[in-house]
Amino acid sequence: MDLVIARPEGLYCPPGDFYIDPWRPVERAVITHGHGDHAHTGNQHYLAAAPGEGILRQRLGQDINLQTLEYGESITHHGVKLSLHPAGHVLGSAQVRLEYEGEVWVASGDYKVEPDGTCEPFEPVRCHTFITESTFGLPIYKWAPQSEIFSGINDWWRENAAVGKASVLFAYSFGKAQRILHGIDPSIGPILVHGAVEPLNRVYRAAGIRIPETQYAGDFKKTDPALRQALIIAPPSAGGSTWMRRFGEFSDAFASGWMMLRGPRRRRGVDRGFVLSDHADWPGLLWAIENTGAERVMVTHGSVAILVRYLREQGLDAQGFTTEYGAEEDEVPATPEPTGEATA
Amino acid sequence: MKAFAELYSALDATTSSNAKLAAMQQYFSAAAPEDAAWAVYFLSGGRPRQLVPTRLLREQAIALSGLPDWLFEESYQAVGDIAETLSLLLPQAEHSSDEGLATWMENKLLPLRGLPPEELMERLPTFWSQLDRLSLMVCLKLITGSFRVGVSKLLVTRALAALADIDSKRVAQRLVGYTDLSHRPSAEGYLKLIAAESEDEHAQRGGQPYPFFLAHALQQPVDQFETLLGPAENWQVEWKWDGIRAQIVKREGRLWIWSRGEELVTERFPELHSLTQSLPDGTVIDGEIVVWKAPVIETETAQGFTLDTPAPGTPDADTPSVQPFALLQQRIGRKTLGKKILEDVPVVILAYDLLEWEGHDWRSRPQHERRSQLETLITQCDSPVLLPSPVLTGTDWLDLGKQREASRSLGVEGMMLKARDSMYGVGRTKDMGVWWKWKVDPFSVDAVLIYAQRGHGRRASLYSDYTFAVWDGPEDASERTLVPFAKAYSGLTDVEMRKVDAIIRKTTVEKFGPVRSVTPTLVFELGFEGIALSKRHKSGIAVRFPRMLRWRLDKPVAEADSLATLQDLLS
Repeated sequence: MDLVIARPEGLYCPPGDFYIDPWRPVERAVITHGHGDHAHTGNQHYLAAAPGEGILRQRLGQDINLQTLEYGESITHHGVKLSLHPAGHVLGSAQVRLEYEGEVWVASGDYKVEPDGTCEPFEPVRCHTFITESTFGLPIYKWAPQSEIFSGINDWWRENAAVGKASVLFAYSFGKAQRILHGIDPSIGPILVHGAVEPLNRVYRAAGIRIPETQYAGDFKKTDPALRQALIIAPPSAGGSTWMRRFGEFSDAFASGWMMLRGPRRRRGVDRGFVLSDHADWPGLLWAIENTGAERVMVTHGSVAILVRYLREQGLDAQGFTTEYGAEEDEVPATPEPTGEATA
Repeated sequence: MKAFAELYSALDATTSSNAKLAAMQQYFSAAAPEDAAWAVYFLSGGRPRQLVPTRLLREQAIALSGLPDWLFEESYQAVGDIAETLSLLLPQAEHSSDEGLATWMENKLLPLRGLPPEELMERLPTFWSQLDRLSLMVCLKLITGSFRVGVSKLLVTRALAALADIDSKRVAQRLVGYTDLSHRPSAEGYLKLIAAESEDEHAQRGGQPYPFFLAHALQQPVDQFETLLGPAENWQVEWKWDGIRAQIVKREGRLWIWSRGEELVTERFPELHSLTQSLPDGTVIDGEIVVWKAPVIETETAQGFTLDTPAPGTPDADTPSVQPFALLQQRIGRKTLGKKILEDVPVVILAYDLLEWEGHDWRSRPQHERRSQLETLITQCDSPVLLPSPVLTGTDWLDLGKQREASRSLGVEGMMLKARDSMYGVGRTKDMGVWWKWKVDPFSVDAVLIYAQRGHGRRASLYSDYTFAVWDGPEDASERTLVPFAKAYSGLTDVEMRKVDAIIRKTTVEKFGPVRSVTPTLVFELGFEGIALSKRHKSGIAVRFPRMLRWRLDKPVAEADSLATLQDLLS
């Protein structure tokens, strides 16, 4: 029996009568993580991992009807045993493990396999059927260790500061921004953030994640000498806006897995592209799939057709699931989503 | 190699000319002269022929990465550049080579050409294992002859001039011909580029041509010309020929022909070799190589005219005249020129400037003086392959504007305006006088987008290359289909292109590899410079330089133009 099927409202568990990350309002929604393409408003009941509570309430409303589970804790609903396990994507992100009549399915939402210090690292969960994303489902996507990326960012910031240029780094405000703040060397200079980033910093700090001191960029005057030494973290939507004018002469950069390729990097029109993603790269996807021991794999958002074909050639029973998560099949986002929600 | 790869990366990362200049100066001041010599070669557009077939590189990457063929292909489609794809899929290595660009080129890469596949399969992986990803990508670009980075030759010239502290026009002069295939960059050659200026540099060397003086587009309405340019009588006006811009250099008893791309093309135009006898030593002529013959009246209509009758006239079978560029194109790419093609497509040079006379550089003499000496020379020469590009006269700009209306029927692109007292500049400079090209408006039709393909480089993964069709019947025809006739990929803004990309994804009917067919919903006004009959195209028509002039959001698909519109343009 299929424990998860694709319905117009979202991924649905028939025996349990609930949805996972539905994109239309439903009675019961299990939320894997707080990014806008996975966590929608309007559901009657929410279930999510406890470390993600602050994020969900901050984004969906303080008064949502939310029940939380610790990672590994389980509940049973209509005979379906459900537990949540770390997905390593952002703070509070979870894989949903479902067990019913001896059959185990895991829906992973979005995940990343390299531990990053800002959330519980990804944990492979044995299952019969694994539902995987495929955002970077091509072998050209291979991430360098994040320590290398952070030292690249530090070097760039230092070089700019040395010549009195502000360093503006575009990163999605939830997850990527905090991961960068956690990973860089805060001794280089002052760190400023956009108004969209700071509320999430507070949630991370409250969760005990080390986020260095940040100041609100809007409080600075163009003439403030601190700007010449500063790193400014802003969502991609701030690029090219009047908000940027306050920084005078600056170098800009974008942190995203899409920066792996020259075309998207050039199209973005920034000075530097740092290849830093919250998603698994190609080896990461294959490693995760292998470690679940699943014989059946359902592929969602990203390079669906490609990953399905590849897994079939490896002898797995793979199929695509149509969802409204992330970008459409084979579509590399040419422009950042204006909300800055879908992550990369 | 690593230093050059880092230079590439720095140049690629910025759009600021100053940042690019700084990056080049930094590279040149640190590089060994032999490496700098090759860097100048590649940065100013030099490309050795492909050293290893792309097919073989693909096969090797597939073998080394252990990926299935189709997955390699999908990856390539997403990346849009073969060198970059290979660099991403080949096994990663620590950078261990400290050899410079010159050693890589001369000892490793150039010797690859023509090696048997087995040998290449063995030798190449030993190269890959010495290079980090960036150096590997740049190395592959050098191998495939696809190295391009956003610097102009002018910018390279400026970087070298600043480094050597000499005039950049002098460097431009020394750089002419530097990227020709016959030229092998060397430390000695590079040091000459940046050497201090010497007295005897003026004495000309071998077949070295001068940097071409290039024209700027003039787009204002003719009634503003008087204000903009002054009276017409101060200008030398000529037709703008649709041929191959060339310099003929005659020195030391020898003849050299250089194309505008600073490529030596002497061998491609044997009928001009008689000029070796007719031209005196120390002569350099600037002009246009065109096909020159009597038209075959039955099949071709009023294209071309004779020099004796620079106004539109009825061409007859006996009087030779300029023929469409399409004919010249037939012989451009050929390695060997058979007797038949030389008979069918004979060329002459229409001379319009004299850059060197009796061994002296005449470029700083006024236009009218150069022209007058040129005419004397042509008369004395009396060669059937050396003709003057006629000077057009009119009472005023309006009168010239009227004459210009005949451009299409004459097979020319419009007019050239050259100030009578201007010097001959370098490239697109404006400080020594200006040449204006006053082109006629392009042909245009409203066409329907029917296929789309993803672009390359900056536009990889965006559907940016389109195939356009017109209807094969009038709007009231009971049944009609769309016939493809042109491909175009330029003319849209980035914003428009993203919108079109989104529509293409939504209206896709079928995918064939990288190509998608779409439900016809998009109409564009396509512009093109020339149109000719063609057996190779389904529509029976080939157009030149097609590009999108604007997106006709106002026009329904049914109201796009038909083949009949194109056929009308032919006559």
